[in-house]
Amino acid sequence: MSSVVTTELRRQTGVVVEQVVRRFGDRVVLDDLDLSIADEELVILLGPSGCGKSTLLRLLAGLDRPDGGRVEVPARRAIVFQADRLLPWQRVLRNVTLGLHGPDADQRARDVLAEVGLSGREKAWPKELSGGEAQRVSLARALVSEPELVLLDEPFAALDAITRLRMHDLVRALRSKHHAAMLLVTHDVDEAIALADRVVVMGNGRIGSSHEVSLSAADRESSVAREELRARLLEDLGLAGQH
Amino acid sequence: MPVSIRQLTGRIGAVVEGVDLTAPPDPSTVTREHGCDDHPRPLDRVTVAGEERERQVFLPRYARRRTPLSILRERLRWPLGIYTTPVVILVAWEVLARAGVVSKTYAPAPTSIVKSAVDLWQQGVLGPDLAISLQRAGLGLAIGLTVGIVAGVLGGLLRSGEYLFNGVVQVLNTIPLLAVLPLMIVWFGIDELTKVLLISFGAGVPMYLNLFAAIRGVDQRLIEMARTTGAGTWRLVTRVLVPAALPGFLVGLRFSLAYSVLGLVAAETVNADQGLGFLITQGQTYLQTNQVFVGLVIYSLLGLLADQFVRALERVLLRWRPSYEAS
Repeated sequence: MSSVVTTELRRQTGVVVEQVVRRFGDRVVLDDLDLSIADEELVILLGPSGCGKSTLLRLLAGLDRPDGGRVEVPARRAIVFQADRLLPWQRVLRNVTLGLHGPDADQRARDVLAEVGLSGREKAWPKELSGGEAQRVSLARALVSEPELVLLDEPFAALDAITRLRMHDLVRALRSKHHAAMLLVTHDVDEAIALADRVVVMGNGRIGSSHEVSLSAADRESSVAREELRARLLEDLGLAGQH
Repeated sequence: MPVSIRQLTGRIGAVVEGVDLTAPPDPSTVTREHGCDDHPRPLDRVTVAGEERERQVFLPRYARRRTPLSILRERLRWPLGIYTTPVVILVAWEVLARAGVVSKTYAPAPTSIVKSAVDLWQQGVLGPDLAISLQRAGLGLAIGLTVGIVAGVLGGLLRSGEYLFNGVVQVLNTIPLLAVLPLMIVWFGIDELTKVLLISFGAGVPMYLNLFAAIRGVDQRLIEMARTTGAGTWRLVTRVLVPAALPGFLVGLRFSLAYSVLGLVAAETVNADQGLGFLITQGQTYLQTNQVFVGLVIYSLLGLLADQFVRALERVLLRWRPSYEAS
């Protein structure tokens, strides 16, 4: 495992992944994968289970190193995991300020908690939160450091359908306030259409296809264009005709 | 689909709908087949025919009649909480001793033990003995816990610390505390040093082992998460590793306190002319069973105090833990 980390001046885009290879033993999970994400772009990474989505995300987060190729990401980045991963022994506020320093840390955390609709819950213990609330705290924890890149690893997969829709609204609202590039990993086609600027479909260790989504909010709910996009995405996933 | 569900519930009779959850139980809904059973049987006896389907009905916990007696019992908890068994044993013991079933030289009545304790205190024997024992235990604990905690933290956090301490402590752990005593006497003589070191040996080893295991057992996903938020090593240690290792630390503390009392007992049988152990040995020599019991009772009270101390610590430090509270 080569572990060369260099800090470079930014090029024009948020994320640049060039011909990245990642192997686990004999299994090649990422095979010459290329991907770039522009500043403030929200890219949805779609793919079936076990296709290497999370592996790619861990490479971008710096939690893992590639076996070949090159990964360039902003130094200021945050990650939202599938499970909330809150520290059970810290109250909500201290969970959000985990990586923050400075005298205004608490105030900044309060502000972000208010943005995710949790003002007044600063003193709660994680065990007192519902699944949706806990995931909103972990979203606040990611956003509080004003990152240039936010990586979300199936963040809403464990939530119920209604809470998930609320979280989509929340993500849209937060995007207008926080100017960060986002990569959201999911296997939910409807979630992809609801949120994405661009949907990329992964298969065989590479980015198979890429779809720009420039629909209005209403058209994302229901429109002919939406259904066409949905059909194309399902086709790319190899599920055509089954839905 | 809704139609078929309707039919199904219609056939086996839906009960929940009509139940007013605040009302006292209506016997007609409860006394269905096994509905009143305190231990509901598994539900897998449902047959296709629908004749033997078992039902469970849940009602508010205190929907039954609230008599003044049941309210009082609720207040006091079932009779005495954790002290139920000890109190029962003491009462039985007292009764047996008074009835003359157990001879005074074997097991004097609890009240007579208390009387002996008061007598010994008034003679000015018990006070100094207790003080010197507590001093030994305190000193031994301080040394043992300090060494155990420092080594445990270094061993847990650093790979080199593990290589340095772990092998030695694992070997020491297999040596029984009491078997070290003769060697310690040879090395350190029969004075205070041996006693204190024996106690600290008893306290240090379990503290190291539990702390090491606790730090190594911290959830890797939380450490990974903390790293991605940009928290530095200091934050990682103080906000993730230390609190996560706290439950294990408290288990270690419990063992340390218990073993230090064990070490105290063993150490005080050697060349003691003061201390609780001396009091017991003296009582044995002159067949003062009362005096032996006084020593034993004080040892057990020390153990009880130590346990309550750790429990109090747990209540304060582990408030965050969603733990099982037995009903």
